[in-house]
Amino acid sequence: MVERRPGLTFVSHLVLILGILLIAFPIYLAFVASTHTRDEILRVPMPLVPGAHMVENYTAALTGADTQGARVVVGRMMWISFVTAMVIAVGKIAISLLSAFAIVYFRFPFKKIVFWLIFVTLMLPVEVRILPTYKVLADLNMLNTYAGLTVPLIASATATFLFRQFFLSVPDELVEAARIDGAGPMRFFKDVLVPLSQTSIAALFVIQFIYGWNQYLWPLLATTSEDMYPVVIGIKRMIASGDAAVDWNLVMATAILALVPPAIVVVLMQRWFVKGLVDTEK
Amino acid sequence: MEKRVLFRSAWLPWLLIAPQMAVILVFFFWPASQAMLQSVQAEDAFGTSTTFVGLDNFRTLFEDPAYIDSFKITAIFSVLVAVSGITLSMVLAVFADRILRGALVYKTFLIIPYAVAPAIAGVLWIFMFSPSIGVVTYWLRQTGFDWNHLLNSGQALTLIVVAAVWKQISYNFLFFLAGLQSIPKALIEAAAIDGAGPLRRFFSIQFPLLSPTTFFLLVMNVVYAFFDTFAIVHATTEGGPGRDTAILVYKVWHDGFRALDLGGSAAQSVVLMVIVVALTVIQFRYVEKKVQY
Repeated sequence: MVERRPGLTFVSHLVLILGILLIAFPIYLAFVASTHTRDEILRVPMPLVPGAHMVENYTAALTGADTQGARVVVGRMMWISFVTAMVIAVGKIAISLLSAFAIVYFRFPFKKIVFWLIFVTLMLPVEVRILPTYKVLADLNMLNTYAGLTVPLIASATATFLFRQFFLSVPDELVEAARIDGAGPMRFFKDVLVPLSQTSIAALFVIQFIYGWNQYLWPLLATTSEDMYPVVIGIKRMIASGDAAVDWNLVMATAILALVPPAIVVVLMQRWFVKGLVDTEK
Repeated sequence: MEKRVLFRSAWLPWLLIAPQMAVILVFFFWPASQAMLQSVQAEDAFGTSTTFVGLDNFRTLFEDPAYIDSFKITAIFSVLVAVSGITLSMVLAVFADRILRGALVYKTFLIIPYAVAPAIAGVLWIFMFSPSIGVVTYWLRQTGFDWNHLLNSGQALTLIVVAAVWKQISYNFLFFLAGLQSIPKALIEAAAIDGAGPLRRFFSIQFPLLSPTTFFLLVMNVVYAFFDTFAIVHATTEGGPGRDTAILVYKVWHDGFRALDLGGSAAQSVVLMVIVVALTVIQFRYVEKKVQY
């Protein structure tokens, strides 16, 4: 701090606390709603302090007991979200590491073209090729499969560029040393390059896990059967029936369950998260 | 940039890039080329034959008032999201930059919305603003304001803007905080010695030096508002009331999957591609400038 201004420091804290209250309120309200019965929430205005029905609501949501209308088992959906997010995060990191390694450490024909092909994918997000991508998926019989949910999202130009950037900063002496010691390219990759990339890998993992967990448009296209819905899609189905008929207590329990895993990842891996965010946008 | 020392192998590099190339050829380039092809074709009612129609699909598209409206809505929506999101998070970041005690706690709370899926964010906000049971709706009614986003299109747009800004605040905040922390302390101190107060220091030093970050965030927020808010719209207003919150991405999906208008949806995809290319070019021009700066 440049100078002591107790008044201004007080105002700073005040503004930040207000900001946080405003930002946290929707989540707090969802938590409160998830601890009441449906009737208590429908009584306007709903209570603003937690109630006594937390355990029943979460058990009901997770196991799919007691829901009216469509039976939605959040436990199953959370598992699908988790597998999807893990496969996308790990898969993206793996294939980007390999292709960045090829691009940086080898000379081969059409390398420039390959590089540009990867670069151009930045300009082709799912949103601009919805229908034809769906058709490809249907033709390959990949609807309602884990492969369909993950493989099309695995290619990532940003991850490839991040690793390329990092590899370019690795001193050439390391390659020479590895060669003198008789190590082949894959040995060098496995024993030198990957261990050196650990921080970048951790940073990308956080970003990609959240990316995978929060996917919406793609699972909406790639799944048609209820037992393959990730939790983000499932929650939309739970509120589709209109205001009065919705089990808001269970919907909010589901919302909390759906936001806790990525929130934990972000908070616990905060340092890598911030690095990942800043690096991938460079 | 090239490495001086390279490995030599005729087949290994191809093997290494094979997984990525396979995925992007099958799921990126093939569908994108299909979209371009379909955008100049028309299919008959039974889907049995297709004919080449040139730019007819595009002409129909731009003569369709609903599509022009969707363009306008998207423009208004993205300006609102970008401007309010950037202003709010800049204020928070400037104050957070001053704080020493408890900074980590504040930061931790402020990054949580990033982890929340857009669809979940939408659900949290319609719960609060639900016309029949929402708490905020109730409070507004107490003050004499009648809220019903199912009937009022301005309110529906406000709702999706608020949800979208809420979700994006963490991202903007982190970039602003990083930007503020990279401003040399000596500049601020010199200004303080010359008698400039905190407000003056903000407007004459911090704000101008943040301008590259602000511009970058402006582009990123527009990209976000254009493409990543489908889930918010789909989970809250479903483009309603009427078509008043049907942003471009929502319309592509709706026309393709609900209305089954193949040529029209493909033409819209191509228009979106052009927009992405334009935004990417702007973004890279910015990166070049930043390097010189």
